[in-house]
Amino acid sequence: MTAGRSALAVGIGIVVAAMAAAGWVLTAPRPVDPQTARAVSEPGDPAAGKIVFFLAGCDSCHLSPGQSDPTRLGGGQELRTPFGSFFPPNISPDRADGIGAWSAVDFANALMAGVSRDGRHLYPALPYPSYARMSVKDVRDLFAFLRTVPPVSGRTPPDALAFPFSIRKAVGFWKLLYMPAIAQPLAEDPTDLESRGRYLVEGPGHCGECHSPRTFLGGVIASRRLNGAPLPDGKGKAPNITDGGLADWSESDIAYALSTGLTPSGDSLGGPMAAVVRNLAQVPEQDLAAIAHYLKTVKPGGDS
Amino acid sequence: MRMTGKGSAAIVGLALSAGVALAASGADAIKERRALMKENGEATKPIVPILKGQAPFDLAAVQKALKTYLNAAEKMPALFPPDSKTGDTHALPAIWENTADFDARFKKLGDDATAALTEVKDEASFKATMPNFYKNCGGCHEKYREKEN
Repeated sequence: MTAGRSALAVGIGIVVAAMAAAGWVLTAPRPVDPQTARAVSEPGDPAAGKIVFFLAGCDSCHLSPGQSDPTRLGGGQELRTPFGSFFPPNISPDRADGIGAWSAVDFANALMAGVSRDGRHLYPALPYPSYARMSVKDVRDLFAFLRTVPPVSGRTPPDALAFPFSIRKAVGFWKLLYMPAIAQPLAEDPTDLESRGRYLVEGPGHCGECHSPRTFLGGVIASRRLNGAPLPDGKGKAPNITDGGLADWSESDIAYALSTGLTPSGDSLGGPMAAVVRNLAQVPEQDLAAIAHYLKTVKPGGDS
Repeated sequence: MRMTGKGSAAIVGLALSAGVALAASGADAIKERRALMKENGEATKPIVPILKGQAPFDLAAVQKALKTYLNAAEKMPALFPPDSKTGDTHALPAIWENTADFDARFKKLGDDATAALTEVKDEASFKATMPNFYKNCGGCHEKYREKEN
């Protein structure tokens, strides 16, 4: 081997190593920024947080199996997806098994950055691409509320994911593709009707997580968000909730269906939406009006 | 079990559970229960604007709706024979795994409809009774109907 060729080999080796290092760094779990960490650590308002809790519907996934009290958050209801089964964890304030020993920053890292307390990637079964859009105030208030619910003991089984989705590190690449680019989270929620509606739909309400079609990697197809999609467990579908799907619905029809389940055609919403309706029955009417108003402004996209 | 005629199905149905008027075979049962649910929806359609305060209270429409629900509640439990799990249906397998709960929900729906027929006399009693009554619908659709909307 000549000197030139071995120099080339070393050069290529350096480039490959540099790319691998860059990839490693780019896909590393990245917690919330210091400003957000400081702001979220201020005292929260549990009463306001209770409304955020119902808007976000935490209990839909984190309720202990067989429980009807939405504040028994021991987790463990199996969430079946094309990638395997997730077992949403205990988020009750139990110090050993829940999040009772967490700081507000730990909570914000999980919710807004998809980073676990031990600094690893969380799977986006926790819809953090939506929660990344939440205001710091809502996250802080929600954390304050979650401290007030009863502690539930017991841990949930580990997730049972198929290879290659079981490679946690790969979630870093997924985040590069699908995490929203948010330089600095909102300090507080927007207040005007349309902005607030958009905030509730895209942020805490995370409507698009079920109502948007996804790529084979499980990322929401941005151009077709809210256009309707098959449910993750394969049983039935979440309908188109853009103005395309809701063309015959007035804003008050939408708001009324969200809080009672009753639709203008005389049907009653079921499936996983029934739990959403139970939660939304607990939020101020103004928030439902904002959601309804915003959904009517979303134009259908793509081929559905 | 495969039934060929309504007659034999009815005999077996009676033999299995006294008091059940008619047990239909799979495809017929699906058709019949879908028709009953369709009637429920049609009967509810004029009630929703009243609940929302966008239409005047109409006692006749409310009573008609309640009688429709009562009729459905009485007939539905017999319309889920084992050979009606698949076909043109959104019924979930959970129905046949939780028969006691499923039947109890229709019993409650019927009882609530009967009670509401006496209780609802005017707009005030309507508003006090019906929003709660309609929770029966979502409760069952959540567990037992494949989500289609």
